[in-house]
Amino acid sequence: MNSKRHITIRAQQFAGRAEQTIRSVTKPLAKYGFPWRAPTVPRGIELPEKPDTLGSNFETDWARRPLASVARSAFIAGPLKLMTTVIARPEAHGLDRLADLSRLDEPPPLIFAPDHHSHLDTVVMIRAIPPAWRQDLVVAAAADYFFDKRWKATFSALALNAIPIDREATGRQSADLFKELIDDGRSLLIYPEGGRSPDGWAQPFKGGAAYLSAKTGVAVVPVHIEGTGAIFGKGMTRPRPGRTRVIFGAPLTSYEDENTRRYNARIESAVGRLTEESVSDYWTAARKASTGSADRLSGPETASWRRKWMLTDRRRHEVSGRNSRPERDWPNLGPRAK
Amino acid sequence: MPRPGFVLDVDRSTPPMLFWHGERFSLERLPADRSRVIYPAESFPGLEDPQSAIRDALENPLDMEPLRALLHADMKLTICFDDASLSLPKMRRPDSRQRIIEAVLDLAAEAGVDDVHIIAALGLHRRMHDYELRHVLGDRIFDAFAPNGTLYQHDAEDPENLAVLGETDHGEVLEINRRVADSDLVVYANVNQVAMDGGWKSLVTGVASYRCLSYHHNPESLQNTRSLMDRHHSALHHSIWRLGKVLRDSGPKVFQIESTINTDAFPSPFDFLSKREWEWTARDRMTYLATAKTLDRMPRRAARKIFHGIEAPYSMTGVYAGFTESVHERTLEDVYRQHIVEVEGQTDILTLGVPFISPYNPESIMNPILVMCMGLGYMFNMYRNKPLVREGGVIIMTHPTYRDFHPVHHPSYIDFFDEVLADTTDPAVMSDKWEKRYAEDEWYRHLYRTGNAYHGVHPFYAWYWGAHGQQWAGKVIIVGGDPTAVRRMGFTPASTMDDAFELASDVVGRSPSITHLHVPSVLVAEVT
Repeated sequence: MNSKRHITIRAQQFAGRAEQTIRSVTKPLAKYGFPWRAPTVPRGIELPEKPDTLGSNFETDWARRPLASVARSAFIAGPLKLMTTVIARPEAHGLDRLADLSRLDEPPPLIFAPDHHSHLDTVVMIRAIPPAWRQDLVVAAAADYFFDKRWKATFSALALNAIPIDREATGRQSADLFKELIDDGRSLLIYPEGGRSPDGWAQPFKGGAAYLSAKTGVAVVPVHIEGTGAIFGKGMTRPRPGRTRVIFGAPLTSYEDENTRRYNARIESAVGRLTEESVSDYWTAARKASTGSADRLSGPETASWRRKWMLTDRRRHEVSGRNSRPERDWPNLGPRAK
Repeated sequence: MPRPGFVLDVDRSTPPMLFWHGERFSLERLPADRSRVIYPAESFPGLEDPQSAIRDALENPLDMEPLRALLHADMKLTICFDDASLSLPKMRRPDSRQRIIEAVLDLAAEAGVDDVHIIAALGLHRRMHDYELRHVLGDRIFDAFAPNGTLYQHDAEDPENLAVLGETDHGEVLEINRRVADSDLVVYANVNQVAMDGGWKSLVTGVASYRCLSYHHNPESLQNTRSLMDRHHSALHHSIWRLGKVLRDSGPKVFQIESTINTDAFPSPFDFLSKREWEWTARDRMTYLATAKTLDRMPRRAARKIFHGIEAPYSMTGVYAGFTESVHERTLEDVYRQHIVEVEGQTDILTLGVPFISPYNPESIMNPILVMCMGLGYMFNMYRNKPLVREGGVIIMTHPTYRDFHPVHHPSYIDFFDEVLADTTDPAVMSDKWEKRYAEDEWYRHLYRTGNAYHGVHPFYAWYWGAHGQQWAGKVIIVGGDPTAVRRMGFTPASTMDDAFELASDVVGRSPSITHLHVPSVLVAEVT
């Protein structure tokens, strides 16, 4: 009898503890106070200002240490490759223009300057850039977007080797860091437009790539990315898988006595020529570039609907950004013979 | 600094020498104290910036105005280029021709030239496949010009598109592609792998008709070509230069661009092939053993696929542009600087390891006629002054010489082997008796014009190519060759190198001197 009662008491004790544990676990976090949560500040107390460690101040040195590099390589070769293949199926063209440099014993660092249509551009570029530069590639990413929260900043730095850049004005701190990294033999992926295209046409190039190239003597590779805008362009909430093409141009260096503005214009027109090459062909693009009849990279200065309208016509000829084949313009063979 | 070529006297401590044996290779020990091996120079370093070198050549041509000044908007511009017979093995991308033509097109675009045609100057060779054109010219040029029909291949049998420009004082008629003849400017983009290439030969053979080619591609010319690598002592080149003068005086303005490449023919893991045997590292030896054993057990077709898939890491070593003759002289200086090896005296026996490839079987089969052409035509002719082997000496080649033909690329070779060689191996006799029938055969003509076949007369030309060697040698032995095929060609089969030396003793006695031409890598022996 005693032993039966003893067992009952023990079971009741155990059930009580279990109930208490479940209650405490399921208790809303909000009901916990300090020290589980940050302390409240007493009235009249002014806290000293904390240094901002996010945005362009985010420290990324740790992401270039060996362990982080190994983790990044695994991420690029695994999940990132899979994701890029499923969503964007990138094809690289024009790599022969970089073949001489890639075959050197120590390929020199390069600054890759593509046009920018989508967040996918970076992952597509990382897959398309030849291995000689991929390993040591750093990506200039908008400080106000990719580095505004700690988890985003950490992920961007670790997975993409991203460095925060202030898109409004390249601060001395960012410029010095990039210069230091380039001098250290690292290549740079930077979007001279400073942000994604709002309507499919490119935005005027900012001088960051040209400035860094002129300062460091490293060549700029103009790049055109086709198709990412249609897959996951600005304003889209989810991606529509399709094909993409990345077209690399010949490396450019600044001429003697060429100022940054002119050099930047040359980079912009080189990207424009590649854009033309992607919708027509190499020869047509070369002729249009020499006669000055090529469409401006940033499109005509006209009403927004007309800009969109022109772009739809242009996209008919692109092979990327969709799964179906592009439309073809068949030659007009005249009236049918009777 | 690359080491120059040299002649090694074989002694008892000399390791066995590498011999090509078609898609295989073997190591053969040469008799000590009476054998020597001629090694080519090490590969020269390539240009650091080939693009700038090309632009510089176009802006500062030899004996002509800069290309920029020759281009104007309403002109007819034709760009011709060497076909897939160059380089061997095929050069990794980007090919020198792509680099050159893109640089020319950039200038043409700046000048506003609209009427541009690009023509593969393939003479009587087979039409290139699209993938070969893409490889040589790059995707950009192919995609821009092929779809609208302005990139195409020369057709030597299209009477509508051939034009006669004049006649030499020897009665040779220059008949070439009409578009080339009617152009305001013809730009030729060349790759010079050996001294035989380039100069007037580029255009005068590349865009000519069968009639025009037959003036120099005949037994008489080729038997008097001493050698193919020395244009000043080559009857073939003399005829071509005469025709070139007609082109210069009566034809369009020609802007020749010649480029030279180094001898870096094999990428890793086959790079040991270009090394001197005593410098093979443990890794090289293991690679050789693994490769040789694997190839021995592999079906021939698979081995061929591997070798033809090789892309050579050639680098451009020089580029010159301008007037054809001035350009070619500069090119030859560069080519000889790289290839010439001085050799003292001739030899009783010349041994040649014949590789898997010749200029006439890129992506294809090395049939018995091409073995003869490669051995007695090209390799025997790798000399200046006098041949490496004495007149009446013995040439020993190593090649399986299987009776295997590519039915698409070499249809007339099959009939040539069965019909013509069964009748005669004498170039002069076959020229008189058989050549016309093959050259004018409608089926072969159709296959050449619409398919990917060599012209019907091509096996004759391949045979004539070896005419000088055939006439010079007292005996030709092929080690490891199919006996019936070897005998059909009038040569002697042998199972092993020792058997071959034994068979050669009938002609050159019991202790002949032996010289081995070490390939790969190209060399030209300056025999004194």
